[in-house]
Amino acid sequence: MLRESDRIFTNLYGTEDWRLKAAQSRGDWDKTKDLLAKGQAWITQEVMTSGLKGRGGAGFPTGKKWSFMPKGEEVTPRYLIINADESEPGTCKDRDILRYEPHKLIEGALLAGFAIGAHVGYIYIRGEFYQEAEHLEAAIAEAYKAGLLGKNAANSGWSFDLYVHRGAGAYICGEETALLESLEGRKGMPRLKPPFPAIVGLYGCPTIVNNVETLAVVPTILRRGGSWFASIGTPDNAGTKIFCLSGHVNKPCNVEEALGIPMKELIEKHGGGVRGGWDNLLAVIPGGSSVSLLPKEICETVLMDFTSLAKVKSALGTAGVIVMDKSTDVVRAIARLSKFYMHESCGQCTPCREGTGWMWRMLMRLAEGEGTSKDIDQLEEVTHQVEGHTICALGDAAAWPVQGLIRHFRPELERRLRRE
Amino acid sequence: MKKKLVLKKDLPTEKSTPFIFSPENEAKIPELLKRYPEGRQASAILPLFYLAQRQCGGWLPPSAIEKVTEILRVPVIRGYEVATFYTLFNLKPVGTYHVQVCGTTPCMLRGSEALLSACKRHLNIECGETTKNGAFTLNEVECLSACVNAPVVQINDTYYEDLTEEALIKLLEGLASC
Repeated sequence: MLRESDRIFTNLYGTEDWRLKAAQSRGDWDKTKDLLAKGQAWITQEVMTSGLKGRGGAGFPTGKKWSFMPKGEEVTPRYLIINADESEPGTCKDRDILRYEPHKLIEGALLAGFAIGAHVGYIYIRGEFYQEAEHLEAAIAEAYKAGLLGKNAANSGWSFDLYVHRGAGAYICGEETALLESLEGRKGMPRLKPPFPAIVGLYGCPTIVNNVETLAVVPTILRRGGSWFASIGTPDNAGTKIFCLSGHVNKPCNVEEALGIPMKELIEKHGGGVRGGWDNLLAVIPGGSSVSLLPKEICETVLMDFTSLAKVKSALGTAGVIVMDKSTDVVRAIARLSKFYMHESCGQCTPCREGTGWMWRMLMRLAEGEGTSKDIDQLEEVTHQVEGHTICALGDAAAWPVQGLIRHFRPELERRLRRE
Repeated sequence: MKKKLVLKKDLPTEKSTPFIFSPENEAKIPELLKRYPEGRQASAILPLFYLAQRQCGGWLPPSAIEKVTEILRVPVIRGYEVATFYTLFNLKPVGTYHVQVCGTTPCMLRGSEALLSACKRHLNIECGETTKNGAFTLNEVECLSACVNAPVVQINDTYYEDLTEEALIKLLEGLASC
């Protein structure tokens, strides 16, 4: 279990003020100038040492991503984009950072911007987060007033401007290239990669896109050292992570924990246990809607980190833990996710645009017990037709939960077809 | 010719009055444009749509879409593309209170289906409809990212969390009386 002294987000629940003064008393913006004075290479190296992996779902090592920026003389502008388009069902960690810890994010943005050589950063926040965006704007205004942003930010000699850009209700804009399209004033349709944004990003310039939580932990990593962060969690799964416990738990909550915590411990200690006791558990989706669900047998022992969950053919994703007890109609629960993907598919690639609708309709039929067991095979085939055949990962994300359902709950599907 | 470009069937057919930004909003525009580099004003399309939508009482008439494209000097069709792509822009008038019930799985597990049918019963409308007095529009929306406080309903800019049927009905009654 995470030691109290290792906690990064000390105001995750909003029990204290989020404004600059209170944030400074919690340690934010403490000697930021000294950190910047250590140089770009030092910051990137320290983040690499920490083993920090992106917290937005894909889990790509952050330091490595930064190192992809072109080296040498600056010829074009560079940009830092903060992805606050949090829309993955089951995930609501960034919202609390934006509301209660905005200065951790702003300081992280300055440090990251300096490390990659960017003078401008945009925070792309989902449109529904109206009040969160207002908090953020207010926090940025405070930082400008205190000389922590703008020309000669934090007295370091580096100039850095940070702007908030509100999205408008499209899940797909959480995909980094769709986000860039949206930020350029177009429909949020993902671009083909490569070239990756680090080479050709916003306005054709080198760009780094990082998740809110990723950047918000950077200042603490730099202050306490990359090796401190690496010492938390398990090898290859360093550091702390905010888990979002939702669904059928007694106390749904966001909680910061060390990676590698057993799922059972996480749910029992922080979520107040499964509704009706652990034995009432049916399944858990461990990392936001895009990953495969896990039945109770696996939940007993699995650890919450990137490698352990990959071993059981699921993923850590965004660490949005959706708990389902035995009262759940698991087929309808997954069908609802398919409806979500159908609604959010941008329509660019045919397999995803059409396939997400097929998956939803077939699942709804199966949920009603209509069809034959051949339909289950056909549904599985459809998921494989979508998976890997699209420009971005939304197609995969739509396919995986359905595959997980068939893998773990095929007897349940067949029971319905027999109308028992 | 212009009309031919506007084939989105939901758009109002009558020629609406020309849209102009109010002086207060007009004053905000240069500030918004300054956030983006020279020659990249198109980036401000979402912020300007938001301004226009707020000024029009929660929806974005075609005349406002065209006005924004004119200000940003982008093709009109780009404005329609963007306005129809993003769900937060309402292309039809909405009620004073836009009730958006989150229906995705985490909220569904906590009873959002019952909330939605309670809303339908109470307001006597279906999803996508507006009450006769123009006070409420009801919609089911996808994940609002407040899953640990499920079920969630967003009314205009505000999230209402950890709702029960009774609490939501009370809330709607309260809004109806103000």
